[in-house]
Amino acid sequence: MSGPRRPTDPSGLERYYVLTGGRSGPGGSSSSLDVATLITSRAAAGPGLQHEHEEILRRCRDPLSVAELGAHLGLPFNILAVLLADLLDAGRVEARDPIPASGAGRGPDLALLEEVLSGLQRL
Amino acid sequence: MDFKGFDHPDRNPADGAAGARSVKVMIAGGFGTGKTTMVRSVSDIKPLTTEETLTQASADVDNLIGVADKQETTVSLDFGKIGINDQLMLYLFGTPGQERFWFLWNGLFKGALGAVVLVDTRRLASSFRAIEEMERQDVPFVIALNVFPDSKDHPVEEIRDALDISPDIPVVACDARDRASSRDVLIALIRHLKDRSAVALEAR
Repeated sequence: MSGPRRPTDPSGLERYYVLTGGRSGPGGSSSSLDVATLITSRAAAGPGLQHEHEEILRRCRDPLSVAELGAHLGLPFNILAVLLADLLDAGRVEARDPIPASGAGRGPDLALLEEVLSGLQRL
Repeated sequence: MDFKGFDHPDRNPADGAAGARSVKVMIAGGFGTGKTTMVRSVSDIKPLTTEETLTQASADVDNLIGVADKQETTVSLDFGKIGINDQLMLYLFGTPGQERFWFLWNGLFKGALGAVVLVDTRRLASSFRAIEEMERQDVPFVIALNVFPDSKDHPVEEIRDALDISPDIPVVACDARDRASSRDVLIALIRHLKDRSAVALEAR
């Protein structure tokens, strides 16, 4: 077990609680977020934004995966998902889920597999 | 405020950054089979780690105080990425060593193209759980035998029997430390996915 935490310890649960305003677990627009979902800013960081929101907008000028964003910001997935939901709801970022091997009701995407294959062969 | 570099909100989605797409491949296997090693060897970027906290911050202040003293349990995913082309990124995620945590990460395998299950032939049993999980979640996969210096040279068919996998699942040998070798495993996976697609198309 870890020792007692100082009340000002910025890491851990207290920090996450403050960041998310106590909200937990992704719901609504963030519930479909995947670790490989690409996030792209649609607006520049402006005044009045929470620091972490601003940081997300800054880092996602070019598309960045949720996993990379989490690693860079030092935030676990579920906390980041709450913050991203705020930005998605406000239309400040756009999210694009990873392409699955075959979409619901559609056939397997051979063109996509070919594209991945030729990319790998160039490595 | 510098707005340079930002596209207009009603830009054509097919243009520029908005056209970027991603695909995801999972690297699974038992503890110590070389998952992180493979992610590291084939990734274009220095591998990163992303986490999911299993003790969630509660909406209830009393609950928060109640759990604040408890140790946080986190499940970590090591991941890397490969630029397939200007618009397409392949993300590789090494699954947590403890398979019992997999179900806790909501949708970990959902949306993946497929998976590589790494097997250490000296300890076949350590990857049984990973194979079961791929079958249960209906994730297409290939088996990659990570050859360690003291691995014995088992015939592939013998290993296939021991792992009890269906004959259409490719089994390839690799050295997870080697970029080209790890890339070849990924190529074997994509070829396998193509074969499955072809079979599915014929079956229509």
